[in-house]
Amino acid sequence: MEVTFQFDWAAAFGSIPHLLPGIPWTLLISFGGLAIGFVIGIVFGLMRISRSRWLRLPAILYIEVFRGTPILVQVLFIFYGLPQLLGGPINALTAGIAAIAVNSGAYISEVVRGGVQSIERGQREASLSLGLSRTQAFRYVIWPQAFRRMIPPLGNQGIISIKDTSLFSVIGVGELVRQGQIYIATTFTALEVYFMVAMLYLAITWSLSLLLRQLERRGLVGQ
Amino acid sequence: MTESQHDSQPIVRMQKLNKHFGSLHVLKNIDLEVKPGEVVVVIGASGSGKSTLIRCINGLEEFQDGHIVVDGHNLVPHGKGAKALQRIRTEVGMVFQQFNLFPHLSVRDNVTLAPLKVRGVSAAQANESAERLLDRVGIRDQADKYPSQLSGGQQQRVALARALAMEPRLMLFDEPTSALDPEMIGEVLDAMRELAREGMTMIIVTHEMGFAREVADRVIYIHQGEIAEEAAPERIFDEPQDERTRNFLARVLKH
Repeated sequence: MEVTFQFDWAAAFGSIPHLLPGIPWTLLISFGGLAIGFVIGIVFGLMRISRSRWLRLPAILYIEVFRGTPILVQVLFIFYGLPQLLGGPINALTAGIAAIAVNSGAYISEVVRGGVQSIERGQREASLSLGLSRTQAFRYVIWPQAFRRMIPPLGNQGIISIKDTSLFSVIGVGELVRQGQIYIATTFTALEVYFMVAMLYLAITWSLSLLLRQLERRGLVGQ
Repeated sequence: MTESQHDSQPIVRMQKLNKHFGSLHVLKNIDLEVKPGEVVVVIGASGSGKSTLIRCINGLEEFQDGHIVVDGHNLVPHGKGAKALQRIRTEVGMVFQQFNLFPHLSVRDNVTLAPLKVRGVSAAQANESAERLLDRVGIRDQADKYPSQLSGGQQQRVALARALAMEPRLMLFDEPTSALDPEMIGEVLDAMRELAREGMTMIIVTHEMGFAREVADRVIYIHQGEIAEEAAPERIFDEPQDERTRNFLARVLKH
């Protein structure tokens, strides 16, 4: 049987103007959520390696819960479930940012923990032997080195979270996939539009990768 | 070393020091006094506890029993007494086997970090003394490089300058040349020799027996966590009294 279907490039490119309005939403949810997730990650990552069990245990609980449940369930819980507790609706944008924040925060906690623990014990010992306090040793010696080592896995998490926002089409937030679905509903060009949606994600994530590689090349990462 | 210096109060006094790592008894009833200006070299087989011993002096290792007085500050078992510990660390410098330079900081910043943050000296002052110290260990022209750009011997000399920048009253050396290529050992020992000549109080853990004989006022031989013998270098090396010392020296001096 002869394949008669043609990929309609005109339809693909024609969809771009209809998809572009989704990009600011995708970026806002991704980077808004990641910024909060980064703060959460530092706090819980450091709690995770604290000497105090009362800091360690809540951090472990948080990480296990949010790493061990699907982000789709998390966002549905926040968007549909939490309002029942709070007694008022949560808008879709807030729910999306919150979901990325708590989800990436769990992974970033582990990145922070790994980064800090990867610094040789001798660095801390040398700092302490010079009379620096534990806090100073962390701030001036451990953290700057740990942070450089954290950049590649943080970039990785950034890319994952950007893609995760595509799931939030289910709560009706107007991000890329949602814009695609709306457009397809009138044109029925699913192949071309989803292809374009994929390309736009790739453009975003690839830009981020290039930026990270640039940082690495300038020697700001690693050691 | 003048006699009057040796007569003054000890800068380190350890009494009945005991340390365990789990079920392993690493240090057994160590009594040790070091007077200002003295150079004490600690020798012994690996795993004998000699590094652990000097790491107890600046609190990098906790001990379970006994006590240590360093420059008038009391160190008590189980790492309690954080105030005294911090004060001791500002007075006691340490050079490590693996250098432990801060790789993200330039040589200069390695040396100025502690004076700036702990002593609170001005940037100009810290910089000036860093240059003087780097000059003294022969690497002034490397001040703006990063540790990874230096040879092992140069790195260890930076580590020495970094410790000296705090103007310590006592310097601890934990096998300072063990990680170095043979051709770089000499330059580090030279810098240490110079420091000893200037009257610095030093406790040195090393396998360099020739160096020990030359610079030590006193040599301590540690065997399985105990001080087996303690004497002037000539006596330890030429007429060791203890069987265990004789066996150890026979093994390390034979090649």
